[in-house]
Amino acid sequence: MVLNLDLINKLLRGDKRTCARMITKIENNEKEAEDILKGIYEHTGNAHIIGITGPPGGGKSTLTYRLSKELSNQGKKVGIIAIDPTSPFTGGSILGDRIRMNKLATDPNVFIRSMGTRGHLGGLSKATHGGIKVFDAYGCDYIFVETVGVGQSEVDIVKTADTVVMVMVPGLGDDIQAIKAGIMEIADIFAINKSDLEGSERTTREIRMMVEMGNEEKKPPILNVIANQNEGIRELIEEIHKHKEYLISTGKLEEKRLERIRSEIITLIEDEIKSRIFNDKDVYKLLDNVLKDVYNKELDPYTAKDKLFKAII
Amino acid sequence: MIKDEKMKEIKDSTKKWEETTVDKAISRFPERKKEFKTGSGLKVDRLYTPENVEDLDYENDLGYPGQYPYTRGVQPTMYRGRLWTMRMYAGFATAAESNKRYKYLVEQGSTGLSVAFDLPTQIGYDSDHSLAEGEVGKVGVAIDSLKDMELLFDGIPLDKVSTSMTINAPASVLLAMYIAVAEKQGVSQEKLRGTIQNDILKEYIARGTYIFPTEESMRLITNIFEYCSENVPKWNTISISGYHIREAGSTAAQEVGFTLADGIAYVEAAIKAGLDVDSFAPRLSFFFNAHNDLLEEVAKYRAARRLWARIMKERFGAKNPKSMMLKFHTQTGGSTLTAQQPENNVVRVAIQTLAAVLGGTQSLHTNSKDEALALPSETSVRTALRTQQIVAHESGVTETIDPLAGSYYVEAKTDEIEEKAMEYIKNIDEMGGAPKAIDEGYIQKEIMDAAYNYQKDIESGENIVVGMNKFQAEEEAPKDLLKVDPAVGEMQKDRIKALKEERDNEAVSDKLENLRKACESDENVMPYIIDAVKEYATLGEICGVMREIFGEYEQAVML
Amino acid sequence: MDRPIRVLVAKPGLDGHDRGAKVIARALRDASMEVIYTGLRQTPEQIVAAAIQEDVDVVAMSILSGAHNHLFPKVVKLFKEEGVEDVLVIGGGVIPDDDIPGLKEAGIAEVFTPGTPTTKTIEFIKNNLKK
Repeated sequence: MVLNLDLINKLLRGDKRTCARMITKIENNEKEAEDILKGIYEHTGNAHIIGITGPPGGGKSTLTYRLSKELSNQGKKVGIIAIDPTSPFTGGSILGDRIRMNKLATDPNVFIRSMGTRGHLGGLSKATHGGIKVFDAYGCDYIFVETVGVGQSEVDIVKTADTVVMVMVPGLGDDIQAIKAGIMEIADIFAINKSDLEGSERTTREIRMMVEMGNEEKKPPILNVIANQNEGIRELIEEIHKHKEYLISTGKLEEKRLERIRSEIITLIEDEIKSRIFNDKDVYKLLDNVLKDVYNKELDPYTAKDKLFKAII
Repeated sequence: MIKDEKMKEIKDSTKKWEETTVDKAISRFPERKKEFKTGSGLKVDRLYTPENVEDLDYENDLGYPGQYPYTRGVQPTMYRGRLWTMRMYAGFATAAESNKRYKYLVEQGSTGLSVAFDLPTQIGYDSDHSLAEGEVGKVGVAIDSLKDMELLFDGIPLDKVSTSMTINAPASVLLAMYIAVAEKQGVSQEKLRGTIQNDILKEYIARGTYIFPTEESMRLITNIFEYCSENVPKWNTISISGYHIREAGSTAAQEVGFTLADGIAYVEAAIKAGLDVDSFAPRLSFFFNAHNDLLEEVAKYRAARRLWARIMKERFGAKNPKSMMLKFHTQTGGSTLTAQQPENNVVRVAIQTLAAVLGGTQSLHTNSKDEALALPSETSVRTALRTQQIVAHESGVTETIDPLAGSYYVEAKTDEIEEKAMEYIKNIDEMGGAPKAIDEGYIQKEIMDAAYNYQKDIESGENIVVGMNKFQAEEEAPKDLLKVDPAVGEMQKDRIKALKEERDNEAVSDKLENLRKACESDENVMPYIIDAVKEYATLGEICGVMREIFGEYEQAVML
Repeated sequence: MDRPIRVLVAKPGLDGHDRGAKVIARALRDASMEVIYTGLRQTPEQIVAAAIQEDVDVVAMSILSGAHNHLFPKVVKLFKEEGVEDVLVIGGGVIPDDDIPGLKEAGIAEVFTPGTPTTKTIEFIKNNLKK
């Protein structure tokens, strides 16, 4: 802990390199990661965390760029975590979200960090959670988490946000039906991007119908934006603010955050158990010992599990 | 072309040849590879026979030179009438230095000028812009205002030469300056001959010197089409370019498919803007690459010509034969040159020259051997030009038209490339046209996949590049490479400063204000740009106004 | 190593020829690295700022326009000004042999000219990390 105090002070003073290095340590699950997270925890909770999600090709990066630029112009400090998929075969990835945002690289109010999903189970949300906390302590007023746009990890990440903006584009047609199931429960605001394109009215109409049919107590607002022309950005920010106010006034923010803490602790326990078990080399020896037996049908995998479990715990 | 019973005989005898003679030979001497491929990956059979061109309908598919579908060439007599234009792309540093190089090239027998601009000019920044730092005069000449343009063409009579300008996003501005210089020389604009590249779609795809978003860029392009059809009738208003698509790593078939898909987008935009197809289509021209696979390349040019003719006639209902003719400029493939043993590049360029000529090109730039290392020096440019002259005057391939027609192999590959290109065009049509397909990154990704496969084949040794991944040699670093004086940037800055002191700044702001209004309306912007350049408004000022109104393009990157 | 090597691939300057940059980005990805690709027209300031935020191990730049003598050293200089000394900076593109010693002296660890196999670049990165 003493070791980190200096670092933590540097972070709190807004040192970019410290911020970057801390995120790296958390992402790589290095030894100090947990100490860092312990140390900064008391300095978190101030940022408004906004998830930017939606199908690929919807212009999430451009929208994140515009929102961040506008907020920075207003003198706010913004952190962006942009996530791209890691190849399951090579473990490598090309993280390309910066292409749309790198004009902000030199903006002192903005910090952009790209992350790969890095295959390992729970790894992404762990790194993302950690990254958010670092940004929070670093002093960000707003933290955007831009997701890949597909898959289950999506829902997890979205749970970490106070406000989720679902970015849609015209011409999705049948796709809306397909993704409908997943999006209603997570979207707090719908942003229909590229609203100058053909079919934008139809898409807006379809989403409106869907929203009205839903039984949420607060119907998500639907906004038309054209991110690459900077249209509708201020209005969207206003809606984001309104949503936060709604969360606070209804006590939902606390509810949400308590739920988040709960699931975070559960995940931490799961991870701890897993790592304790599988970091023990003897476990693999025991495992190797029963493989042949299971193969020869002298043992079934379930009994093998019971046997190993008893030996381990 | 061959009667049924005769064809059956041929098929039988081919089969017999394979089963007896070939099998025997192979059992003793296996072939070098399991599978043979062209330079861009098309499968190549052991032997091509009449069977491969069974369905070829001579009159419909090949026809005659100067006649639809122009497979055999766009002119009735081709090189028997007039050789292709030997047009060497050049330009570097300052207008004064480039002017010297142009005069040298004309003396050496070059028959057309081709202007290379530096990157700040191509992206609409003046030399004193912060993003121009380190780039001024590097890959071409720096043009900031009409002053530079006057110097560039000093002593070169613009009614006598044809000038090609590799300029895209700010093509309207450079064309306006050219018109203004001509006027000062006493040459009226209807006499001007030349080409502006003006092909923004391939900038989005492959070359990267874009400025404005798609819709606004397409508007500028159709404004130019319209202005030139009325005022500069001999000017080629666009050079729809496959060259850079190929340089970015595409296959030959992709080069044809994506380039013609771009062409279709321009034609559609112009028709949508209310122009009659036959009013502008005769001034469309194309620009292709020439790679080392000689016969595949020849097939590519022939396929492109036939396909474009059919598209213009059938899809767009063009009536004027000139609207259906695909005229093209060729440049030998920059990416085929090696930094290792650069003298080998002379041989590559010679093969590529043959390909372009056998493919019926209208003009040709040959690369210099040192281009993988630096800008070409004067002597290496001369060798490159001499290569064209040797093919023109010594090789004999110019004496008859389309000499490879009827080759079973070349005809089969012509068909295959046309078919594959058509498939790409269909895919792009389904996405809603080239601009959409670019926006979604489809074209870029297809090219990137081809480029990466090519790279992997090089690294595995599947593809051999002499001197690079085989037959390497120890060698000394080459000498005499051309270097641009780093002081050019400062010199240009001083010129801009002086200009801004001596010109009528009030008139400049008036003209820029008029241009701004024109940009906001749907008027043709060309006359306003011409007015502004005449008052010595700088390129950066003019593009700056347009940037404000039009916004800037954001690249779609697919990795 | 348990963690992926992080590389920033950037095109400084105005040149739009990104075939080489994209090919190397893919090759590095296939060599299990995490590649942050920033696209065209990057200023040295943007490259350095992005590299710091992304906490990369390597910055790989490609230039074909001839502006390398100006732009490559500027990136190294900016890193020094920021007190960053553990980032490996490499460059590639159409770069005359004559220019290479000067670039190395300026702090570019290695310069890869046309025809260099991607495997060579990958090896170099793996063997010369500073972190």
